[in-house]
Parts: sequence; C-alpha cells; structure tokens
Amino acid sequence: MAREKIPRQAMPEQKPEIRRHNFYEVPFGYSPELAQIEASRCITCKKPKCVEGCPVEIDIPGFIALIKEGQFEAAARKIKETNALPAVCGRVCPQEEQCEALCVIGVKDQPVAIGRLERFAADWEREKGTVEIPEIPPPTGKKIAVVGSGPAGLVVAGDLALMGHKVTIFEALHKPGGVLVYGIPEFRLPKAIVLSEVEYVKSLGVELLCDMVIGRVITVDELLEEESFDAVFLGTGAGLPYFMNIPGENLNGVYSANEYLTRSNLMKAYSFPEADTPMIESKRVAVLGGGNVAMDSARTALRLGAEEVNIVYRRSRNEMPARIEEIHHAEEEGVIFNLLTNPTRFIGDEEGWVTGMELLKMELGEPDASGRRRPVPIEGSEYIMDVDTVVVAIGNGANPLVPQTTEGLETNKWGNILAHPESGMTSKPRVWAGGDIVIGAATVILAMGAGKYAARSIHNYLTNGGPWNWKEEPKTEKAEV
Amino acid sequence: MHRILEKHVLTEGVTELVIEDPRIARKRKAGQFVIVKMTEMGERIPLTIADADPDKGTITLIFQTVGKSTDQMSKLPVGFELMDVVGPLGKPTHVDKFGTVVCVGGGIGVAPVHPIARAMKDAGNHVISIIGARTQSLLIMEDRMKAACNELLISTDDGSYGYHGFVTGVLQQVVDRGTKIDLVVAIGPVPMMSNLCKLTKTLNLKTLVSLNPIMVDGTGMCGACRVTVGGKTKFVCVDGPEFDGHEVDFVELMKRQRAYLPQERTAWDRFKARHVGAKKEVAADGA
Repeated sequence: MAREKIPRQAMPEQKPEIRRHNFYEVPFGYSPELAQIEASRCITCKKPKCVEGCPVEIDIPGFIALIKEGQFEAAARKIKETNALPAVCGRVCPQEEQCEALCVIGVKDQPVAIGRLERFAADWEREKGTVEIPEIPPPTGKKIAVVGSGPAGLVVAGDLALMGHKVTIFEALHKPGGVLVYGIPEFRLPKAIVLSEVEYVKSLGVELLCDMVIGRVITVDELLEEESFDAVFLGTGAGLPYFMNIPGENLNGVYSANEYLTRSNLMKAYSFPEADTPMIESKRVAVLGGGNVAMDSARTALRLGAEEVNIVYRRSRNEMPARIEEIHHAEEEGVIFNLLTNPTRFIGDEEGWVTGMELLKMELGEPDASGRRRPVPIEGSEYIMDVDTVVVAIGNGANPLVPQTTEGLETNKWGNILAHPESGMTSKPRVWAGGDIVIGAATVILAMGAGKYAARSIHNYLTNGGPWNWKEEPKTEKAEV
Repeated sequence: MHRILEKHVLTEGVTELVIEDPRIARKRKAGQFVIVKMTEMGERIPLTIADADPDKGTITLIFQTVGKSTDQMSKLPVGFELMDVVGPLGKPTHVDKFGTVVCVGGGIGVAPVHPIARAMKDAGNHVISIIGARTQSLLIMEDRMKAACNELLISTDDGSYGYHGFVTGVLQQVVDRGTKIDLVVAIGPVPMMSNLCKLTKTLNLKTLVSLNPIMVDGTGMCGACRVTVGGKTKFVCVDGPEFDGHEVDFVELMKRQRAYLPQERTAWDRFKARHVGAKKEVAADGA
C-alpha cells in the first residue's frame, strides 16, 4: 500500500516577540484536524519500538489509532492505563530521546509527534470530555504513606489507590505537585493542568496533606510505628541547590534557580504586589548552566522584564543537557548564549549587590567521566560581564532532611538514597524510594517510571510478603551538569 | 487547623498569637520555627515558636510589625484560620547541662530566647537572662522571662528601666562581678548580636546566635537564607537557625536582609492605603 507522504505537523504557538512578555503557555496544541493528520502518519507497527522507549510503557500505537478514528476520549483513557499524568508528560517529556527516537518513521523521515498527540488527547479529555474514574477494587486494608507529591509520588499514589490500598501523600510545600509546580514555569506547564492531574489522583481516594515536612513534624519511623502505615515511599526530589562555590556568591541578586523559579512559579512573584512575595527588578541577567532549568530561568527572566538575558555555559552547545526544543525556544525569544564560558567570581558594590561577574573562556579537551569532552580554561581569557542578577542553575543535590532523621536509611556520598533500581526498595524494610532523591536531578518521566516500579513492588510485598531484597547493584551514578 | 485562638498586643507593634496546631505543638522543641502563609497570595514568613502547649494543641507566635505581612497578621481577628502553617522547622537548640547559661534577648528577640531559657533551666543549668529594649514600654515578656530563668537582668537604651545602655553592658557587668559563664545564647537585631559576639569573643565565651534571614520555602530547597559561617555557606533553614556567633558574617547577613527593602515599602504602603477604612473596625473589636 502506497502511503501518501505527510510531513510531521507543527504545533501552532505564540510568536516569540509576543510570548517573551507573558507567562501564557507557548504552544497552543493541536486542533482535532491537525491531531488526526499527525496520527495518520503512524503505521501501527506490530512490534512497536516506540513503546520500548517509554519509561511508563504507554500503548503508543493503540492511543494514536484511536486519535486517527476521532475517538479522542478513548485515546486519553488508553494512555491513562499506564500513565496517570498524560497532560504533563505530553509537555515536559524528552520524547526526542525516548519514544520518538525509536519511531520507525523517524528512520527516513521525522518521527511521529507522539508527545504532541499525547498532549492533545489529555487536553481533549480534560477540556471537552468527562474524566472517567476507573473502578477501584475493594479495600485491601493496607495503608501507604507517600512523601512528596511530585511526579514520582503522584504515580505511586495513583497506582496503589487503583490496587485498593489506602494512600496518604505528605507534601512539604503549601501546594501539591512538587517540581511541576515550584520548578517548571507556567509558560511550559500551566499550573491548572497540574492541579487537575492532582485532583484526578485525589479522586481515586488518595488523601493529600500539604504543609507536612516529613522528618520534622513526623519522622519516617513514626509513620511506620506510630501512624501505622504499612509502607512508606520517599519521593522527596532533588531539593538542595548546588552553588558554584566561588567568591561573591552570597551577594544580593545571586539566586539559585530553585529560589528564582519558586518565587515566580509557586509564589507568583510576577504579579507582585498582588502577590506578597517580591522579586527584584532585573535589567541584565546571567543564568549559569545549560539544562532545562537554566532555560526555564532565562525565559522567566525575560518575562519578568529583563532587558538582556545571558546563558553562561562552560561546555559547547552539543553538550547542553537541555531539550533542543527548549534551547530553540529560548533562542527565539532572544536569550543570548555564552558557550564555553565559566564564571570565576562575582563582583559586588558596597551595598552588597552583584554588579558583574568575571568569566573565563574554555575549550574542549578529552572526554570526562560523563563521556562529554571536558572544558579546559584558556589562560588569560578573563573578562567581565556586567549583570544585576545571576541565577545559578547547575543542578541540585539531595535534601538531607529525611535521611538525617531516618534510622537505617543508607545514602551514597552525594546523599542520594540507595534503592534497588527495579523495585525501589531501600536499606530500610518497608521503605521504598524513587525519583530524583535516588537518581539525582533527572526528568519527570524517569521519576514517574520509578514510581510505577515502586508501586508494583509495594503491592507485591504487602500482598505476598517475602524477603526484603534491596541490594542488587543499586543504581547510584550521578547526573553531571 | 491553624485557627487563631488568642491574640494579645504585648507592646506597640508587637503581637502575640496563640494558634491551634496539635501536631506542631507536640513536636516542636526550643529553637525551632514555623513558616506562616496567611492567605492564597500571601508570602511565606518564618517565625520562631515562642511557646507551645502540647496538651491544648497550641503554639504561640510573637512578632513585630515590620512590613505588610506582619501588619496584616497583627490585624487578623481571633477565630481567623491561617491558610498555611508549616513546621517545626530548623534544628532544635542543643540543650544540655552546661553550667551557667546567659540568655540574651534584644527587642523582639526576647520571644525566641524565651523557650531556650526555659529549656536550659529545665536541663539543670543556672540561667541568667538579659533582656533589653529601646525604652521601658517596649520591653516584652518580663514576667514570663523571670519565670523561665534564675536571674533576670534588664537594660533599656534610654535608661527608663533597668541598666542604662545596651545588653552588652549588662553582660560585661555579669562578667565583672565574677560569674563564670559556660554558654551565651543571644537573639535580637543583627547589630545587637554582632556587637555582643564581638564582646564575648574578647571574653572567650562560647556564643550561640539564632539568625532570621529572608526565607522562602524553609526546607532547604531554595537557598534564599544562606549565610556565611566560618567562611562556608550555610542554609539557616536546615543547617540552623542557630550558629556559633563568632563565626557568622553579620555584615553580609545585614546586607542580605535589606535585599527587598524597596518592594517591602511598596507592599506596605499599598496595604496601609487600602486598610484605612478597615482599621476602625479592628479597633472597635477591641483587638
């Protein structure tokens, strides 16, 4: 059968010169017509490679076939069989490295836009359809505490609720969603979408308690012993910002990306003084780092009114960990890229405000442990960049609060909790862990994948009992920025 | 949850709220704090827990009106439910039997020093407290402090009550009279803590200070509260709030506390302008 060659459908989006001044979402999403055209590019492989690239094993050809037929709600439900957060994943997953990277159409042509189709189906269901609550089996009588309501925690909670367990999520912040709410900006992931995904998980019978800092108000041991939980899942995230450790880093105007984004996203500082949390007014901003968080920070700075925003990254563009799409969006909006450049110190005025930064040019040398070519300083290449705001976006470590207050919970030298790569079991019986707290700062979908495995393991253990086999070459390598 | 059960004005600009929160009341220890977010659009403000009653399930917060949020909080009526109260946060004070402990509280700093003084006394220490204010009418918690320690000494900047001068002068007197001091705990405005630490350094007295920088999340996630202690960056919310006072870079701390002064002024002016009408009602409530 000859197949008419249809190009990969672009998603309509806000023009760069307009969107750099607002916080609305950049792409508008597919129309039903565009979605059906794009879906028709899928050849419904018998042995689909794309599914192998999906950490949560979505039946990709299955849901795309339903879109082809115009059964959009059914498509959304097909995705939800294995993925509780499709509207989120359709937006923030690195599909180009996962499902789409393996799509056979992509061998000779551009791959099917799986992520955009996932997003379309999820949005359709949320906006036009009725969100169906699956049938919940009778209660098992088991109680599970989930610490953290980010991607890992939401998946564990949703999956376990669907197996009939009673789940309570403990969230430290005042709003649920973790990094989806405090970290990823509105223009990339609207908070209303996160909220509705959280509401869906709650509708499965999951209890959600905010403002609960586990380790302080209740310890993990108390959850198990005094609050009679049968199991605890730790999905506390990568909540400890790294700094450069160079002189002048505590000057006013130097932020961690976590603080910068939290002020803007979670605390709504962009609407100060309507919101009480302030933000400094910046003219010249430098963002240190080359990952998605750096791109989010740079694009947030533009939207907060900065005149010039610079990315400063010590390696070259090829080594940038950010998604190509995000780099592209940032460039379109006018972010300036200073590659192979590394700061050596911050310069400040008498009042303690940052006024500039000394930078050193780098060149690429031999590959390092991460397989990427190591940046090597070029002697005598120092120069000064004038800035009034610096955002340090070079990664996050593990927040020590839970390991410090939990008896018998082993961590690696970076403070990440040691957990079995397939089950999420930790050194402490009845305690599982997954997501960034285990693997270091990574992606939403990997955290969700870890949540899926942990939920299965928790269910098996609570149903069938069995030995506590956690030590099987736990995965502990650290993502380097 | 988080209902305001009692409200007292301790002196001009200083308010005491007793808030319902059984979990925090049961769990908190001396030296810890909470983060309060009053409303949906509110900011997260850190406040030291001045007292708690685990039986009644209440915590006591004492704060000074210094800007929009504290002004607004001082105007909340009894019965109001605070949207968010998170805690207890920070490491508790290391309480042990040290011998003689001097607890120094300056201005609003008397409130956070109070639970520490009591915990130190309960642990069998001889506790001497020094509390100070600009003038007698601004001195807070005198009776409660008296009950929380073995000896209470008072100073006022204008000499209207007690020693005429600063708390540092009183501490010098205690040393001069020959009292052997094993530990000093000092909480108050940054200049007070800084000056006191200069004195105790020359006297070779170990001194703990409790710091109150700008915070956002209070759980170690953002780093807004970073301070330099002994040449190293520390997060007050998870590494503190108490540190060796001789190691703290107070100059940097003071500069960092002023980072949002223009915005704080804008927010407060706007709030005051909007609140002219509402002011009378609150006054009529007898609050």
